[in-house]
Amino acid sequence: MSRVKLATVWLGGCSGCHMSFLDLDEWLFDLAAQAELVYSPFMDAKVYPEGVDVVLVEGAIANQEHLETICTVRARSRLLISFGDCAVTGNVTALRNPLGGVEAVLQRCYGGTVEAQGQIPAEPGIVPPLLDRVTPVHAVVPVDVYLPGCPPPADRIRTVLESLLQGETPRLEKSQIRFG
Amino acid sequence: MTVKTLTINDQLISAREAETILQAAQEAGIQIPTLCYLAGVSEVGACRLCLVEISGSHKLQPACVTKVAEGMVIQTNSERLQNYRRMIIEMLFAEGNHVCSVCVSNGHCELQNLAVEMGMDHVRLEYQFPHRTVDVSHDRFGIDHNRCVLCTRCVRVCDELEGVHTWDVAGRGAKSHVITDLNQPWGTSSTCTACGKCVAACPTGALFDQGSTVGEMVHDRARIEFIVNARQKRQWQL
Repeated sequence: MSRVKLATVWLGGCSGCHMSFLDLDEWLFDLAAQAELVYSPFMDAKVYPEGVDVVLVEGAIANQEHLETICTVRARSRLLISFGDCAVTGNVTALRNPLGGVEAVLQRCYGGTVEAQGQIPAEPGIVPPLLDRVTPVHAVVPVDVYLPGCPPPADRIRTVLESLLQGETPRLEKSQIRFG
Repeated sequence: MTVKTLTINDQLISAREAETILQAAQEAGIQIPTLCYLAGVSEVGACRLCLVEISGSHKLQPACVTKVAEGMVIQTNSERLQNYRRMIIEMLFAEGNHVCSVCVSNGHCELQNLAVEMGMDHVRLEYQFPHRTVDVSHDRFGIDHNRCVLCTRCVRVCDELEGVHTWDVAGRGAKSHVITDLNQPWGTSSTCTACGKCVAACPTGALFDQGSTVGEMVHDRARIEFIVNARQKRQWQL
Protein backbone atom coordinates (compact mmCIF):
# COMPACT_ATOMS: atom_id res chain seq x y z
CA MET A 1 0.00 0.00 0.00
CA SER A 2 1.32 3.43 -0.88
CA ARG A 3 1.85 5.90 1.90
CA VAL A 4 -0.93 8.31 2.84
CA LYS A 5 -0.36 11.80 1.46
CA LEU A 6 -0.47 14.10 4.49
CA ALA A 7 -0.45 17.90 4.50
CA THR A 8 -0.64 20.54 7.22
CA VAL A 9 -1.70 24.13 6.66
CA TRP A 10 -1.21 27.18 8.87
CA LEU A 11 -3.85 29.90 8.50
CA GLY A 12 -4.92 32.47 11.12
CA GLY A 13 -3.41 30.89 14.21
CA CYS A 14 -0.31 31.08 16.39
CA SER A 15 1.30 27.81 15.14
CA GLY A 16 0.79 26.33 18.59
CA CYS A 17 -1.15 23.44 17.03
CA HIS A 18 1.85 22.70 14.82
CA MET A 19 4.09 22.85 17.93
CA SER A 20 1.78 20.33 19.54
CA PHE A 21 2.10 18.17 16.42
CA LEU A 22 5.87 18.12 17.03
CA ASP A 23 5.11 16.95 20.57
CA LEU A 24 4.23 13.60 18.96
CA ASP A 25 7.98 13.05 19.43
CA GLU A 26 9.18 9.56 18.50
CA TRP A 27 5.78 8.59 17.13
CA LEU A 28 6.62 10.95 14.26
CA PHE A 29 8.94 8.17 13.01
CA ASP A 30 6.03 5.73 12.92
CA LEU A 31 3.94 8.37 11.18
CA ALA A 32 6.66 9.03 8.60
CA ALA A 33 6.75 5.31 7.81
CA GLN A 34 3.06 5.32 6.96
CA ALA A 35 2.47 8.84 5.67
CA GLU A 36 4.27 11.10 3.25
CA LEU A 37 4.27 14.78 4.18
CA VAL A 38 3.59 16.63 0.93
CA TYR A 39 2.90 20.20 2.11
CA SER A 40 3.49 21.86 5.48
CA PRO A 41 5.14 24.82 7.25
CA PHE A 42 7.64 22.16 8.35
CA MET A 43 8.92 21.72 4.79
CA ASP A 44 9.79 23.75 1.75
CA ALA A 45 6.88 23.33 -0.62
CA LYS A 46 5.48 26.39 -2.36
CA VAL A 47 2.41 24.93 -4.04
CA TYR A 48 -0.32 22.89 -2.42
CA PRO A 49 -0.33 19.66 -4.45
CA GLU A 50 -3.25 17.73 -5.93
CA GLY A 51 -4.45 14.46 -4.48
CA VAL A 52 -3.78 15.03 -0.77
CA ASP A 53 -5.38 12.31 1.36
CA VAL A 54 -5.46 14.07 4.73
CA VAL A 55 -4.87 17.69 5.68
CA LEU A 56 -4.64 19.26 9.12
CA VAL A 57 -5.76 22.89 8.91
CA GLU A 58 -4.65 25.12 11.77
CA GLY A 59 -6.11 28.58 12.23
CA ALA A 60 -9.20 30.60 11.42
CA ILE A 61 -10.04 32.34 8.15
CA ALA A 62 -8.91 35.90 8.85
CA ASN A 63 -7.62 37.39 5.58
CA GLN A 64 -7.96 37.14 1.82
CA GLU A 65 -5.00 34.78 1.51
CA HIS A 66 -6.50 32.35 4.04
CA LEU A 67 -9.74 32.41 2.09
CA GLU A 68 -8.02 31.56 -1.20
CA THR A 69 -5.78 28.94 0.44
CA ILE A 70 -8.62 27.09 2.14
CA CYS A 71 -10.56 26.87 -1.14
CA THR A 72 -7.52 25.34 -2.88
CA VAL A 73 -6.89 23.02 0.07
CA ARG A 74 -10.49 21.82 0.08
CA ALA A 75 -10.51 21.21 -3.64
CA ARG A 76 -7.28 19.19 -3.57
CA SER A 77 -7.79 17.16 -0.38
CA ARG A 78 -9.90 14.13 0.36
CA LEU A 79 -10.21 14.56 4.13
CA LEU A 80 -10.00 17.97 5.82
CA ILE A 81 -9.41 18.15 9.56
CA SER A 82 -10.15 21.37 11.48
CA PHE A 83 -7.04 21.37 13.62
CA GLY A 84 -7.34 23.24 16.92
CA ASP A 85 -9.69 25.82 18.41
CA CYS A 86 -8.96 28.65 15.94
CA ALA A 87 -9.95 26.44 13.02
CA VAL A 88 -12.92 24.99 14.90
CA THR A 89 -14.32 28.09 16.66
CA GLY A 90 -12.36 31.17 15.56
CA ASN A 91 -10.93 31.31 19.10
CA VAL A 92 -8.33 34.03 19.80
CA THR A 93 -8.08 34.95 16.12
CA ALA A 94 -11.75 35.89 16.18
CA LEU A 95 -11.46 38.01 19.35
CA ARG A 96 -11.43 41.07 17.07
CA ASN A 97 -14.87 40.37 15.61
CA PRO A 98 -16.95 42.16 18.27
CA LEU A 99 -14.98 45.35 17.52
CA GLY A 100 -16.57 45.56 14.07
CA GLY A 101 -15.17 45.45 10.52
CA VAL A 102 -11.63 45.86 9.21
CA GLU A 103 -11.52 49.65 9.56
CA ALA A 104 -12.61 49.57 13.20
CA VAL A 105 -10.09 46.83 14.00
CA LEU A 106 -7.14 48.56 12.30
CA GLN A 107 -8.09 51.87 13.89
CA ARG A 108 -8.17 50.19 17.30
CA CYS A 109 -4.73 48.59 16.78
CA TYR A 110 -2.83 51.27 14.89
CA GLY A 111 -4.92 54.39 15.39
CA GLY A 112 -5.67 56.16 18.63
CA THR A 113 -3.94 53.66 20.89
CA VAL A 114 -0.48 54.04 19.35
CA GLU A 115 1.24 57.23 20.45
CA ALA A 116 4.10 57.53 17.96
CA GLN A 117 3.65 57.37 14.18
CA GLY A 118 0.21 55.86 14.36
CA GLN A 119 -0.34 54.83 10.79
CA ILE A 120 -2.26 51.93 9.36
CA PRO A 121 0.03 49.59 7.41
CA ALA A 122 -0.92 49.05 3.78
CA GLU A 123 1.26 47.00 1.44
CA PRO A 124 -0.95 45.90 -1.45
CA GLY A 125 0.25 42.64 -2.99
CA ILE A 126 2.48 41.87 -0.01
CA VAL A 127 0.29 41.95 3.10
CA PRO A 128 -3.04 40.27 2.40
CA PRO A 129 -6.07 42.40 3.30
CA LEU A 130 -8.01 41.37 6.38
CA LEU A 131 -11.54 40.04 6.09
CA ASP A 132 -14.29 41.96 7.88
CA ARG A 133 -15.08 38.95 10.01
CA VAL A 134 -12.89 36.07 11.18
CA THR A 135 -14.69 32.74 10.78
CA PRO A 136 -14.02 29.12 11.65
CA VAL A 137 -12.99 26.91 8.74
CA HIS A 138 -16.33 25.09 8.51
CA ALA A 139 -18.08 28.40 7.88
CA VAL A 140 -16.24 28.59 4.53
CA VAL A 141 -15.68 25.01 3.31
CA PRO A 142 -17.00 21.59 4.41
CA VAL A 143 -14.94 20.01 7.20
CA ASP A 144 -14.73 16.25 7.72
CA VAL A 145 -13.22 15.93 11.20
CA TYR A 146 -13.01 18.36 14.13
CA LEU A 147 -9.96 18.23 16.39
CA PRO A 148 -10.49 20.88 19.10
CA GLY A 149 -8.08 22.11 21.75
CA CYS A 150 -5.84 25.12 22.26
CA PRO A 151 -3.65 23.46 21.28
CA PRO A 152 -4.94 19.90 20.85
CA PRO A 153 -2.66 17.74 23.03
CA ALA A 154 -0.35 15.40 21.10
CA ASP A 155 -2.22 12.26 22.20
CA ARG A 156 -5.43 13.73 20.78
CA ILE A 157 -3.71 14.38 17.44
CA ARG A 158 -2.30 10.86 17.52
CA THR A 159 -5.74 9.33 18.19
CA VAL A 160 -7.10 11.02 15.05
CA LEU A 161 -4.11 10.22 12.84
CA GLU A 162 -3.92 6.59 13.99
CA SER A 163 -7.51 5.84 13.09
CA LEU A 164 -7.02 7.60 9.74
CA LEU A 165 -3.98 5.46 8.99
CA GLN A 166 -6.09 2.40 9.74
CA GLY A 167 -8.56 3.59 7.14
CA GLU A 168 -11.25 4.57 9.65
CA THR A 169 -13.03 7.89 10.03
CA PRO A 170 -11.82 9.22 13.39
CA ARG A 171 -14.32 9.64 16.19
CA LEU A 172 -13.01 11.38 19.27
CA GLU A 173 -14.33 10.32 22.66
CA LYS A 174 -16.21 12.99 24.60
CA SER A 175 -13.24 13.40 26.93
CA GLN A 176 -11.09 14.36 23.93
CA ILE A 177 -13.18 17.18 22.51
CA ARG A 178 -12.66 19.83 25.18
CA PHE A 179 -12.19 23.38 23.92
CA GLY A 180 -9.46 25.49 25.50
CA MET B 1 -46.21 13.53 53.59
CA THR B 2 -47.41 11.59 50.60
CA VAL B 3 -45.10 9.40 48.59
CA LYS B 4 -45.41 9.25 44.82
CA THR B 5 -44.13 6.41 42.71
CA LEU B 6 -42.96 7.07 39.20
CA THR B 7 -40.74 5.62 36.50
CA ILE B 8 -37.62 7.37 35.27
CA ASN B 9 -35.66 5.71 32.45
CA ASP B 10 -37.44 2.39 33.13
CA GLN B 11 -36.40 2.57 36.79
CA LEU B 12 -39.20 2.55 39.38
CA ILE B 13 -38.56 5.19 42.03
CA SER B 14 -40.44 6.84 44.87
CA ALA B 15 -40.35 10.52 45.74
CA ARG B 16 -41.91 12.91 48.22
CA GLU B 17 -44.97 14.72 46.92
CA ALA B 18 -43.37 18.17 46.97
CA GLU B 19 -40.26 17.12 45.06
CA THR B 20 -39.44 18.05 41.49
CA ILE B 21 -38.52 15.50 38.85
CA LEU B 22 -34.94 16.77 39.03
CA GLN B 23 -34.68 16.21 42.80
CA ALA B 24 -36.30 12.78 42.55
CA ALA B 25 -33.95 11.78 39.73
CA GLN B 26 -30.87 13.01 41.59
CA GLU B 27 -31.86 11.06 44.70
CA ALA B 28 -32.21 7.95 42.54
CA GLY B 29 -28.76 8.53 41.09
CA ILE B 30 -30.03 9.62 37.69
CA GLN B 31 -28.16 12.67 36.43
CA ILE B 32 -30.02 15.23 34.34
CA PRO B 33 -27.87 18.04 32.86
CA THR B 34 -28.54 21.50 34.31
CA LEU B 35 -27.08 24.97 33.97
CA CYS B 36 -29.37 27.59 35.54
CA TYR B 37 -30.26 25.27 38.43
CA LEU B 38 -28.41 25.88 41.68
CA ALA B 39 -29.29 23.88 44.78
CA GLY B 40 -30.50 26.16 47.58
CA VAL B 41 -32.02 28.94 45.49
CA SER B 42 -35.28 29.04 43.58
CA GLU B 43 -35.62 27.28 40.23
CA VAL B 44 -36.41 29.30 37.11
CA GLY B 45 -36.37 26.73 34.28
CA ALA B 46 -34.49 29.19 32.08
CA CYS B 47 -31.77 27.16 30.38
CA ARG B 48 -34.02 24.26 29.23
CA LEU B 49 -31.19 21.73 29.54
CA CYS B 50 -33.15 19.63 32.04
CA LEU B 51 -36.10 19.14 29.67
CA VAL B 52 -37.49 15.60 29.94
CA GLU B 53 -40.11 13.56 28.09
CA ILE B 54 -43.21 12.63 30.06
CA SER B 55 -45.43 9.91 28.58
CA GLY B 56 -48.82 11.18 27.56
CA SER B 57 -47.60 14.74 27.03
CA HIS B 58 -46.31 16.12 23.75
CA LYS B 59 -44.65 19.02 25.54
CA LEU B 60 -41.21 18.58 27.01
CA GLN B 61 -41.08 19.70 30.63
CA PRO B 62 -38.17 21.21 32.58
CA ALA B 63 -37.34 18.74 35.33
CA CYS B 64 -36.26 21.49 37.76
CA VAL B 65 -39.70 23.10 38.01
CA THR B 66 -42.01 20.14 37.32
CA LYS B 67 -43.40 18.36 40.38
CA VAL B 68 -43.50 14.58 40.49
CA ALA B 69 -46.89 12.87 40.09
CA GLU B 70 -48.17 9.38 40.72
CA GLY B 71 -47.53 7.00 37.81
CA MET B 72 -45.44 9.44 35.76
CA VAL B 73 -43.30 7.76 33.11
CA ILE B 74 -40.26 9.86 32.28
CA GLN B 75 -37.38 9.63 29.83
CA THR B 76 -34.42 11.88 30.63
CA ASN B 77 -31.92 10.99 27.92
CA SER B 78 -33.66 10.07 24.67
CA GLU B 79 -31.96 10.77 21.36
CA ARG B 80 -34.31 13.71 20.81
CA LEU B 81 -33.36 15.22 24.18
CA GLN B 82 -29.67 14.69 23.50
CA ASN B 83 -30.04 16.52 20.19
CA TYR B 84 -31.90 19.40 21.81
CA ARG B 85 -29.33 19.68 24.59
CA ARG B 86 -26.44 19.84 22.18
CA MET B 87 -28.35 22.48 20.22
CA ILE B 88 -28.90 24.54 23.38
CA ILE B 89 -25.19 24.45 24.23
CA GLU B 90 -24.31 25.40 20.65
CA MET B 91 -26.72 28.33 20.83
CA LEU B 92 -25.11 29.51 24.06
CA PHE B 93 -21.65 29.35 22.49
CA ALA B 94 -22.82 31.14 19.34
CA GLU B 95 -24.74 33.81 21.25
CA GLY B 96 -21.93 35.06 23.49
CA ASN B 97 -18.17 35.38 23.09
CA HIS B 98 -16.89 32.23 24.77
CA VAL B 99 -13.18 31.79 24.17
CA CYS B 100 -12.22 28.92 26.47
CA SER B 101 -8.49 29.13 25.80
CA VAL B 102 -8.14 32.62 27.29
CA CYS B 103 -10.90 32.43 29.90
CA VAL B 104 -10.31 32.73 33.65
CA SER B 105 -12.53 29.69 34.15
CA ASN B 106 -10.89 27.44 31.53
CA GLY B 107 -10.99 23.95 33.01
CA HIS B 108 -13.45 24.92 35.76
CA CYS B 109 -16.44 25.95 33.67
CA GLU B 110 -19.87 24.36 33.64
CA LEU B 111 -20.56 25.51 30.08
CA GLN B 112 -17.28 23.99 28.88
CA ASN B 113 -18.08 20.76 30.75
CA LEU B 114 -21.57 20.64 29.26
CA ALA B 115 -20.11 21.02 25.76
CA VAL B 116 -17.94 17.98 26.45
CA GLU B 117 -20.89 16.06 27.90
CA MET B 118 -23.04 16.81 24.84
CA GLY B 119 -20.25 15.76 22.49
CA MET B 120 -20.04 19.23 20.95
CA ASP B 121 -16.92 19.13 18.74
CA HIS B 122 -17.96 22.25 16.83
CA VAL B 123 -20.78 24.79 16.65
CA ARG B 124 -23.01 24.43 13.60
CA LEU B 125 -24.63 27.85 14.07
CA GLU B 126 -23.19 31.16 12.97
CA TYR B 127 -21.32 32.91 15.78
CA GLN B 128 -22.93 36.24 16.61
CA PHE B 129 -19.84 37.98 18.07
CA PRO B 130 -21.96 40.49 19.99
CA HIS B 131 -20.39 43.66 21.32
CA ARG B 132 -20.40 43.25 25.09
CA THR B 133 -18.63 45.04 27.93
CA VAL B 134 -16.41 44.21 30.88
CA ASP B 135 -16.87 45.91 34.26
CA VAL B 136 -13.91 45.80 36.67
CA SER B 137 -14.93 48.83 38.69
CA HIS B 138 -15.49 46.73 41.82
CA ASP B 139 -12.54 46.46 44.24
CA ARG B 140 -12.62 42.68 44.53
CA PHE B 141 -14.63 41.30 41.61
CA GLY B 142 -15.22 41.77 37.92
CA ILE B 143 -17.85 40.85 35.35
CA ASP B 144 -17.19 39.99 31.72
CA HIS B 145 -20.54 40.04 29.93
CA ASN B 146 -18.98 38.22 26.97
CA ARG B 147 -19.01 35.05 29.05
CA CYS B 148 -22.46 35.46 30.64
CA VAL B 149 -25.12 32.86 29.77
CA LEU B 150 -27.92 34.71 31.60
CA CYS B 151 -28.61 31.81 33.97
CA THR B 152 -29.49 34.40 36.66
CA ARG B 153 -27.81 32.41 39.41
CA CYS B 154 -26.07 35.61 40.56
CA VAL B 155 -29.40 37.42 40.69
CA ARG B 156 -30.95 34.68 42.80
CA VAL B 157 -28.10 34.09 45.29
CA CYS B 158 -27.84 37.85 45.83
CA ASP B 159 -31.56 38.20 46.39
CA GLU B 160 -32.36 34.98 48.22
CA LEU B 161 -29.20 34.13 50.18
CA GLU B 162 -27.60 37.52 50.76
CA GLY B 163 -30.95 39.34 50.79
CA VAL B 164 -29.59 42.32 48.89
CA HIS B 165 -30.74 42.11 45.26
CA THR B 166 -27.86 44.10 43.81
CA TRP B 167 -28.13 42.04 40.61
CA ASP B 168 -30.99 42.03 38.16
CA VAL B 169 -31.61 41.55 34.45
CA ALA B 170 -32.14 44.40 32.00
CA GLY B 171 -32.92 44.49 28.29
CA ARG B 172 -34.83 42.11 26.06
CA GLY B 173 -33.87 39.23 23.78
CA ALA B 174 -30.30 39.37 22.52
CA LYS B 175 -29.81 42.65 24.43
CA SER B 176 -30.54 41.01 27.81
CA HIS B 177 -27.77 41.44 30.35
CA VAL B 178 -27.29 41.40 34.10
CA ILE B 179 -26.93 44.74 35.85
CA THR B 180 -25.96 46.00 39.29
CA ASP B 181 -28.28 48.41 41.10
CA LEU B 182 -29.72 50.96 38.64
CA ASN B 183 -27.60 49.78 35.70
CA GLN B 184 -24.47 51.46 37.01
CA PRO B 185 -20.83 50.35 37.39
CA TRP B 186 -20.58 47.57 39.96
CA GLY B 187 -17.99 49.55 41.95
CA THR B 188 -20.49 52.35 42.51
CA SER B 189 -23.23 50.04 43.80
CA SER B 190 -24.44 51.14 47.22
CA THR B 191 -26.22 47.85 47.94
CA CYS B 192 -23.43 45.36 47.12
CA THR B 193 -21.93 43.93 50.32
CA ALA B 194 -18.97 42.40 48.43
CA CYS B 195 -19.94 39.00 49.89
CA GLY B 196 -18.87 37.19 46.69
CA LYS B 197 -21.80 34.76 46.56
CA CYS B 198 -22.51 35.75 42.97
CA VAL B 199 -18.94 34.91 42.02
CA ALA B 200 -19.21 31.55 43.79
CA ALA B 201 -22.48 30.81 41.99
CA CYS B 202 -21.48 31.77 38.44
CA PRO B 203 -21.20 28.71 36.16
CA THR B 204 -18.77 30.36 33.72
CA GLY B 205 -15.96 32.91 33.86
CA ALA B 206 -18.43 35.83 33.66
CA LEU B 207 -18.00 36.67 37.35
CA PHE B 208 -14.46 36.43 38.64
CA ASP B 209 -12.13 37.50 41.42
CA GLN B 210 -9.95 40.45 40.48
CA GLY B 211 -6.44 39.37 39.60
CA SER B 212 -7.31 35.87 38.39
CA THR B 213 -5.86 34.95 35.04
CA VAL B 214 -6.45 32.13 32.53
CA GLY B 215 -7.71 28.98 34.22
CA GLU B 216 -7.30 30.37 37.74
CA MET B 217 -10.92 31.17 38.56
CA VAL B 218 -12.37 28.27 40.52
CA HIS B 219 -15.88 29.05 41.72
CA ASP B 220 -16.23 28.10 45.38
CA ARG B 221 -19.52 26.23 45.18
CA ALA B 222 -18.95 24.70 48.66
CA ARG B 223 -19.52 28.15 50.16
CA ILE B 224 -23.02 28.32 48.72
CA GLU B 225 -23.69 24.77 49.88
CA PHE B 226 -22.54 25.66 53.41
CA ILE B 227 -24.84 28.67 53.61
CA VAL B 228 -27.78 26.68 52.25
CA ASN B 229 -27.20 23.86 54.74
CA ALA B 230 -26.86 26.36 57.57
CA ARG B 231 -30.15 27.98 56.70
CA GLN B 232 -32.26 25.01 55.72
CA LYS B 233 -30.86 22.26 57.95
CA ARG B 234 -29.39 24.39 60.77
CA GLN B 235 -26.00 22.77 60.21
CA TRP B 236 -23.30 25.28 61.05
CA GLN B 237 -20.34 22.91 61.23
CA LEU B 238 -18.16 22.46 58.19
